[in-house]
Amino acid sequence: MNARPVRPARDDRPDVVVLDYGFGNVRSAVRALERVGAQVELTADRERALEADGLVVPGVGAFAACMAGLRAVRGDQVVGRRLAGGRPVLGICVGMQVMFAHGVEHGVDTAGLGEWDGVVERLDAPVVPHMGWSTVEAPAGTRLFAGVEHERFYFVHSYAAQAFTQGHDDAATPRFTPPLVTWAHHGTPEHGARFVAAVEDGPLAATQFHPEKSGDAGATLLENWVTSL
Amino acid sequence: MTVSVRVIPCLDVDAGRVVKGVNFQGLRDAGDPVELAARYDAEGCDELTFLDVSASSGGRETMVDVVRRTAEQVFVPLTVGGGVRSTDDVDRLLRAGADKVGVNTAAIARPELVAEIADRFGSQVLVLSVDARRVTGDTRTESGFEVTTHGGRRGTGIDAVAWAERAAALGAGEILLNSMDADGTKDGFDLEMLREVRSRVHVPLIASGGAGKPDDFVEAARAGADAVLAASVFHFGQLTVGQVKDAMRGAGLEVR
Repeated sequence: MNARPVRPARDDRPDVVVLDYGFGNVRSAVRALERVGAQVELTADRERALEADGLVVPGVGAFAACMAGLRAVRGDQVVGRRLAGGRPVLGICVGMQVMFAHGVEHGVDTAGLGEWDGVVERLDAPVVPHMGWSTVEAPAGTRLFAGVEHERFYFVHSYAAQAFTQGHDDAATPRFTPPLVTWAHHGTPEHGARFVAAVEDGPLAATQFHPEKSGDAGATLLENWVTSL
Repeated sequence: MTVSVRVIPCLDVDAGRVVKGVNFQGLRDAGDPVELAARYDAEGCDELTFLDVSASSGGRETMVDVVRRTAEQVFVPLTVGGGVRSTDDVDRLLRAGADKVGVNTAAIARPELVAEIADRFGSQVLVLSVDARRVTGDTRTESGFEVTTHGGRRGTGIDAVAWAERAAALGAGEILLNSMDADGTKDGFDLEMLREVRSRVHVPLIASGGAGKPDDFVEAARAGADAVLAASVFHFGQLTVGQVKDAMRGAGLEVR
């Protein structure tokens, strides 16, 4: 297996902003996106985050701390405005968790961005955090996982959304394309948890795992996203 | 379980150079940690660990640069340990591109450091490294294992299993259990110690010390290790990451 070559710079590269709000191993995300052909800027600048072809919301650590950090740079408004205009956003790890309505950590319930209903809660399994490379169950029609449906990805988390209900189940406003949900499992069959590993929902995509740390499989997934911009 | 058993090569780095022998075909410079890290990544390692054994602060600064350059080209998780004494040390390594940081001696002297790091950066960044051995002489611990310092030369009388349990409660996201008795013997991991820690600790457990043949890794995983770490068997070219994974796969274990 050879290391994937780094693409040479091109003028027509998709322009991606990685939101710099103090959470996440952003250096790795920047490099991994550059590796698959994006022109990447790490910034918290609101105008740049709004106008870029794609916005990546990273996140590591506690849900409440990430939400506070996001609000401090008005990242909540940026994400909302981008999605309202159909502009792509990719959340990674806690950057995915904050897209849900709530996060409960240590008994504290924190409001998320509410793009999806549901709550992010602690995994119940013999060994937590869930740390390492796990398989996923990607749905038919996935674009994000094209070519890597059967690969393993690198997870490191103690919390996850363990159910997914579509926020727009009101019969009067049906979605033309329902969200595609990818699932994963941690623990044993007797003592484990099924959780949301990724979601593709129109302009909003997100992964619980770290594609920027998932070797060539992660690179392919990021490339799938970057080439869709 | 759908999570695979991680295979983790460990590199000892002194002032920016890999120490201990390294024997890879086709390497320009066997002492460059960045080049070696890329090599292990290409071999399919699931994670990498750098252990900074520099004695000087200049060596530590060099390590930050090594981490930065490694993160530029290696896209699997990178843990860096050695000489980490404060949350600021952790911050510096994470900013350079480390995903996790290993803490050892400083946490024995001041266990609150574990909680401080976990509170500021989250448990997932913190690997508590425990250099443990079977008690000898007049020393007694409940489990029969004690924590050592100074590369296993000094006993502390602290119960190794209880310490791992306490560190996990304080917020360590993972325990790296290094057997100082088995280290360097190539006779296999200390399975009894692994089982003992596994039965009491519910965060991921990395087995270290004693790896010699592919079956040793299989036995460690069966004893409850979530990951297996080795240094010299990989560096001297005795085993490849692929051979270890083949053995584990053949034994019915999940591997990437």
